[in-house]
Amino acid sequence: MNTEISSTDRIARWIADAVVRRRWKIILLSLALVALTGNGGRYLEFSNNYRVFFSPDNPELLAFEDFQQTYTKNDNILFVLQSADGKVFSPRTAAAIEQLTEQAWQIPYATRVDSVSNFQHSWANGDELTVDNLYRDGAALSQAELDDRKAIALNEPLLNGALIAPDAGTTGINVTLNFPEQSLTELPEAIGKARELAGGIEQAFPDITVAITGISALNNAFAAAGQTDAMTLIPSMYLVLILVTLITLRSIAATFSTVTVIAFSTVTAMGLAGYLGIALDPIGMTSTIVILTLAIADSVHILVTMLDQMRDGKDKLTGLKESVRINFMAVTITSITTIIGFLSLNFSDSPPFWYLGNITAMGIAAAWLFSLTLLPALIAVLPIHVKQRTPRQSEAAPFMVRLARFITAHHRPVLVISTVIAVTFVSLLPRIEFNDQWVQYFDHRIEFRANAEFAMDNLTGLYLIEYSVPSGESGGISNPGYLQKLDQFTAWLREQPEVIHVYSYADIIKRLNKNMHADDESWYRLTKDRNLAAQYLLLYELSLPYGLDLNDRISVDKAATRVSVTVDELSTVEVRQFLEKSQGWLQANTPQAMWTIPTGATVMFSYISQRNIESMLHGNGIAVAGIALILILSLRSLSLGTLSLVPNLVPILMTFGAWAFLVGKVGMGAATVSATSLGIIVDNTVHFLTKYVRARREMGADRPYAIEYAFRTVGWAVAVNAVILMFGFSMLATSSFKVNAEMGMLTAMAVLIALLVDFFLLPALLMIGYRKEEVHYEHGPAAQTA
Amino acid sequence: MSMVLQHKLRKALNTGLLVVMSIASQAALSLSLEEQGFEIAAHSDRSDRGFSDSRVELKMILRNAAGKEATRKLTITTLEIPDESVGDKSLIIFHTPPDIDGTALLSHAQILEPDAQWLYLPSLKRTKRISSVNKSGPFVGSEFAFEDLTALELNKYDYKYLRSEPCGALQCDIVERYPLYQHSGYSKQIIWVDQDVYQIRKTEFYDRRGDLLKTLEMNEYRVYTDKFWRPHHFSMVNHQTGKSTELLYSDYNFGNDLNNRDFIKNVLKRTR
Repeated sequence: MNTEISSTDRIARWIADAVVRRRWKIILLSLALVALTGNGGRYLEFSNNYRVFFSPDNPELLAFEDFQQTYTKNDNILFVLQSADGKVFSPRTAAAIEQLTEQAWQIPYATRVDSVSNFQHSWANGDELTVDNLYRDGAALSQAELDDRKAIALNEPLLNGALIAPDAGTTGINVTLNFPEQSLTELPEAIGKARELAGGIEQAFPDITVAITGISALNNAFAAAGQTDAMTLIPSMYLVLILVTLITLRSIAATFSTVTVIAFSTVTAMGLAGYLGIALDPIGMTSTIVILTLAIADSVHILVTMLDQMRDGKDKLTGLKESVRINFMAVTITSITTIIGFLSLNFSDSPPFWYLGNITAMGIAAAWLFSLTLLPALIAVLPIHVKQRTPRQSEAAPFMVRLARFITAHHRPVLVISTVIAVTFVSLLPRIEFNDQWVQYFDHRIEFRANAEFAMDNLTGLYLIEYSVPSGESGGISNPGYLQKLDQFTAWLREQPEVIHVYSYADIIKRLNKNMHADDESWYRLTKDRNLAAQYLLLYELSLPYGLDLNDRISVDKAATRVSVTVDELSTVEVRQFLEKSQGWLQANTPQAMWTIPTGATVMFSYISQRNIESMLHGNGIAVAGIALILILSLRSLSLGTLSLVPNLVPILMTFGAWAFLVGKVGMGAATVSATSLGIIVDNTVHFLTKYVRARREMGADRPYAIEYAFRTVGWAVAVNAVILMFGFSMLATSSFKVNAEMGMLTAMAVLIALLVDFFLLPALLMIGYRKEEVHYEHGPAAQTA
Repeated sequence: MSMVLQHKLRKALNTGLLVVMSIASQAALSLSLEEQGFEIAAHSDRSDRGFSDSRVELKMILRNAAGKEATRKLTITTLEIPDESVGDKSLIIFHTPPDIDGTALLSHAQILEPDAQWLYLPSLKRTKRISSVNKSGPFVGSEFAFEDLTALELNKYDYKYLRSEPCGALQCDIVERYPLYQHSGYSKQIIWVDQDVYQIRKTEFYDRRGDLLKTLEMNEYRVYTDKFWRPHHFSMVNHQTGKSTELLYSDYNFGNDLNNRDFIKNVLKRTR
C-alpha cells in the first residue's frame, strides 16, 4: 500500500474512527439535523406564473410590465365553447354563451368578460346611436334573428377569428383577470371557479363542450406539471433506487442505509429551500430527482469498497473504516465539482434554474455529509453479512484489462477514429435550433395541452403579440395621419400568412363613422377630421357599460393605442422573423414616433433561450475554470489537469451536435445542461485520472500499464455509475414538462458520450508521444494488485 | 315671505328634524337597520334640498398604474328637480383636451330606468341621442362612472345601517346601499355620512362579485349660502387596476335662475 500518508488521509482516518465510535450520537444528530432543516419544507410553495421564468431585469419582461401598466394586466381565461351541431348561433348555444358570460363575472379577480353575446354592437337609428349587447335573451330569439346576429359577428373584425370561428362553429368567452399577486392561492381560486362554471354549462347543455385555456390556464399548467412530476417521477425514482442498490450491493441493510442517506439529503435540501423562501416550479422540482441520482454514487462507492474488504476477510468495522478512508478524497472532490457545476446555474437568466442549481447544490453537500457520517454510523449499527471469497479469484475484470490493452496497443488508430467521430458530432452543433413554444412545454397528460390544441384547431391562436403604437402626442390617436397609418399597419398585419387575428382601434373608429352616417356602408372608413374622431370616441366611451370600456386599448392620455395580433403556433425562429418583419414595416412606412417594439409572453419566450445561453456562457466559463483548477490541484499536475478539459468538454459539445442531428430543436433548458452535466461527467475523469496518476507516481508504471491499472481498478465502477446516472436522467425524460424532459435526455446522452470518451479518447490522448523504447517495467503487470 | 324669514324657517325645520333624528337614533332598537340606513341617506339627501341650480368648473386628472397623467376640463350645470321620483338634470360641457372642446352632454337622470342622454358633437354640428341601457362604464376614460358623478338620488338604492365610527375629526354613520337599477355596475356601495352636516365623506364601490373595486374620498367641503355643502376635491382609486382619478372643483355658482327649458336637447347647439 501507499507509504505516503497525506494529511487528507489522516483526516479521513480520524473521521472514520470517530464516526464508528460515536455511531449512536451520529445517528441521533443526523435525525435532529433533518428534523430541523426539513421543518422548512412547510414554507415551500408552488409558483404558478409563467413570469417566474424571467429574471426581474429581463429586458423583455420589463417592456411587458411597462405595457401592462399602460393598458391592463393581460392574464386571462378563455372558455372555448363548441356545440355538437357545430352551430354557435342556435337558440340553445346562444343561451349557454349568455349564461356563461354573465356567470363569468363571478370568477375571482375578473375585471372584464368579452363574448359574442355582450359584444358592444353599435348602430344608428335616426339621430340615435345605440350601443348594446349583440343579443339579449338568445333562447327567445328566432333563427332568422340569430342568423342576423351571426352575420354581424362574422363581419366584425374585432370578433371574427378571436371570439367566433370563421365558420361560426366555435366561440370563445374571454375573461380578463387582474390578480393582486399577493398570494399563490389566487390562481387556483380563479381556475377552480372557471372549472365549476364550465362544468355547470356542460351539465345544463350536455351537447356543448367547454374547454378552458388562456394565460391563467397556462400558469396553472406549470403548477400541475410540477405536481404530476412529483407524484409520478419521485416514487418511481425511489423504486429504481432501491432496485439498483439491492442489485449492486446485495444487502438489505446497505440498501436501507443508502435510501436513508438520500432521503435525508433531499429533505434537508428541500427544507433549506423552504427557509430560503424558494417557490418551486416544474424545473426546481427536478432537483429532488437530480439529488437522488447524484447522491447514490457517494453511498455506492463507500459500500462497494467496504463489502469488497469484507469479502476479503476483514471484519465489518475494519472494512468500513478502510472504505471511508479510501473514498474520502474522491467523494469530496466529485461533490465539490458537481456543486460548482450546479451553482453556476445562478448565471442563468431564468430564476427556476437558480433554484434547481441551489437546491441541488445543497442536496449534494448534504449527501456528502451524510455519506461520510450517517452512512458509516448506520452500517456500524446494522447487521451485515457477506460471503467471504475463498480461494481468492483473481477475476480482475478481464474485459476492462483487455479493453485497456487493445487501446494502448492501437492508440494511434483509436485516437484518429475517436477524434474524427468527435469532430463530426461537434461540427453538427451549429445546426441546433432553439425553440420555446409554451403550449408544447406540456405533454398530453396535462389537461392544458389538449384544451389549448382544441382552441387552436377550432377557434383562434393562443400566441399573442402586443404592439403599443404611440402617436407621439397627447390625444394624438385621433390624428387622421396616425389613424391612417394604424389602419395600414392593421391591414398589412392581416395580410401576413401567420396572422390569425388583429385587434385594432382603427376598426372601432371606422365603425363609428359608419354609425354616424346612418349606417351607410360607404362611410366605413376613417374620418379626416381630428376633432370628429375624438368626439366619436367620447360618444362611444359614454355608451359603454361597466367592464367593457376601452381603457385596456387606449392609453390614459390618448397618445397610444394597442394592437393585439394573434399568430399561429410558430417556432421561435419564425416568431422572431415575424417580429423583425413587422418592425421593418413600421420603420419603412410610418413616422418614427410609431416605431414600437412588440411585447407579450410570446415575445418573451422567443428570446428566453438566447438570453439563457448568453448568461450561461459566463456561468460555464467559471464552472470550467473552477473544475479545471480543482483537478490541477488534486492531480497535482498542470498538464493532466489541463488535458482533463478534453474529456470534460468534448462530450457536452458532442451531445449538442448529436441532438442537432437527431432532434434539431431544443428549448430553454439546453443552456443549463452544459453546466450541470459538466459537474457530473467530470467525476469519471477524476476517478480515472487519479488512478492513472497513482500508478505512474507511486508504482513508477509506464503509460500503457498506468492506463491498464486505471481501467482495472475503476473501469467497472465508472461504467456502473454512468449507467445509474443515465438511468436517473432518462427518468426525467418522462416528465410531463418538456424543459425537464429535454434536460434529462441531454444529460443522459452527455453521460453516455462522456463514458465512451473516457474509455477511448482519453487513454489515446494520454498515449500521444509515447514510444516503445521508453519502456522499462519496474513492476510487471502480473505482480500488481489493486 | 321674505328670503330671510324663509331661510330661518328652513333652519328651524332642519333643527327639528335633527332632534327627531337623534331621538330616532337613541331609540335605534325600534327602527330596523334598513330603516335607519334609509333615514341617514334621506337626511343627507334632504339637507341639500332647495339649491335650485348650480354651475361649477371641474378639472379631472386621470392617472394610470404607472402614474402617467392626463387632464380634462369641463363645466357642469345642474338643475334640481324637487320630485324625488325623478332625477336631476345636468349639462356637461367639455373644454379640454382641445379636440373635444364644445362637446356637450345633456342628461335627464332617471331613478330605475336608463338616464336619457344626448351628446352634441361640434365637428358634426349634430346632436346624437345615446341609447344604451348600461352607462356604468368609465366616464371619459376616468375611474368615475357617470352614475358616480351625479348627485345622490335617494330612491336609486335600498339601504342598511352598519355602524358609526370616527372619520377624521368627525363622527360618521356608515350605511350600505344596494343599487336598484338592474344594469348598475355595482353590487353595493358603503357610504360614510358625517353626523355633523350629513355629507358623504367616503364611498366604497363593490363590483358584481362583491369585491372592493374603488374607493372615493370627498374632501374640502365648503358651505354655500349657509346651507349647501359641496366637496371640492374628489379622489377615486381603482383597487383592481391601480388607476386613479382626481376631481378638482372651482367655486360653485348657485341661483342662476335656470329652468327646464335650459335643459332640453335644442340648447346643446347653443352651449358655446
